[in-house]
Amino acid sequence: MIKRFAILVMLLAVAAVFATLTLSYQPDAELNQTARYYAERTASEVGSANIVTAIVVTYRGLDTLGEVTVLFLASSIVGLLLARGRNAKLNPAKPLPASELLVTGSRLLTPLVMLLGVYVFVNGHLTPGGGFQGGSILASGVLLMLLADPLKHFSHHLISALESIAGLFYVAIGVLGIFLAGGFLDNRILPIGELGALFSAGAIPLIYSLIGLKVGAEFSSILANLSATEEL
Amino acid sequence: MSQLTTIVTVVLCITMIVAALMAIRGQSVPIAILAAGLVSLSASVVFLVVASPDVAMTEAAIGSGLTTFLLFFVLARVRGGEND
Repeated sequence: MIKRFAILVMLLAVAAVFATLTLSYQPDAELNQTARYYAERTASEVGSANIVTAIVVTYRGLDTLGEVTVLFLASSIVGLLLARGRNAKLNPAKPLPASELLVTGSRLLTPLVMLLGVYVFVNGHLTPGGGFQGGSILASGVLLMLLADPLKHFSHHLISALESIAGLFYVAIGVLGIFLAGGFLDNRILPIGELGALFSAGAIPLIYSLIGLKVGAEFSSILANLSATEEL
Repeated sequence: MSQLTTIVTVVLCITMIVAALMAIRGQSVPIAILAAGLVSLSASVVFLVVASPDVAMTEAAIGSGLTTFLLFFVLARVRGGEND
């Protein structure tokens, strides 16, 4: 009874907070100070047509490095937890074969999904999307392959090597920015180029491609670990 | 926001609430997973309507794509234990 009453009070409190927020909300007539700074300076300082990418990769690049690190930790811990079950391979239970539709469809779709993933992170500085989105689309392609053939084995060494090399180069480019340009993860170590061109915005396409590969490898390693584990 | 986008947003938000209730209250696990995916999908369309395509892409790729399939994958792994 008291528990129900507490839940009711809690819900009412949350409703009151949201009601005040909603009723007092008025859309800004003009950009606020921070937004105006980014909107005005991005084209000349960073040279990226997508302002969100400029903020994520350059202005707030350190946060992105932290996010990638969190994802790396998550995938390592999944690998660690599942490593115990991987030895139970004495009687490999034959999973049900995937349907003909799924097998044929995945043969057609996997290359296209992978291509879309690469497109999204290579064009991160021009169109919406970027490393995280592209990387997870890559991992969806890997997942499709695993669904079509549950016994497929992915090389853990390849995935972890890809992941480590991408991370290493990401930090190396960041450190290079300290010496060649304004600071850590400054994108102006390469020429900024023309706004809207594929090879523009300095090091952003390079950094975002590395992030895409790293995120894709991390998600894929989670999936491959899950697939290789027989018993939980 | 124009009239149409307001209507679309309200419809999507109602869909999200209904799907979230289905995910919590539903009896069958696969339907709960699908409902959770529907919440993410509607959320990504709402993000698109309020002009944040980057967030919408992340939500669509991770929230509704990868997570839904990951949960199904795990469900297939843990089947055969407790029947809930």
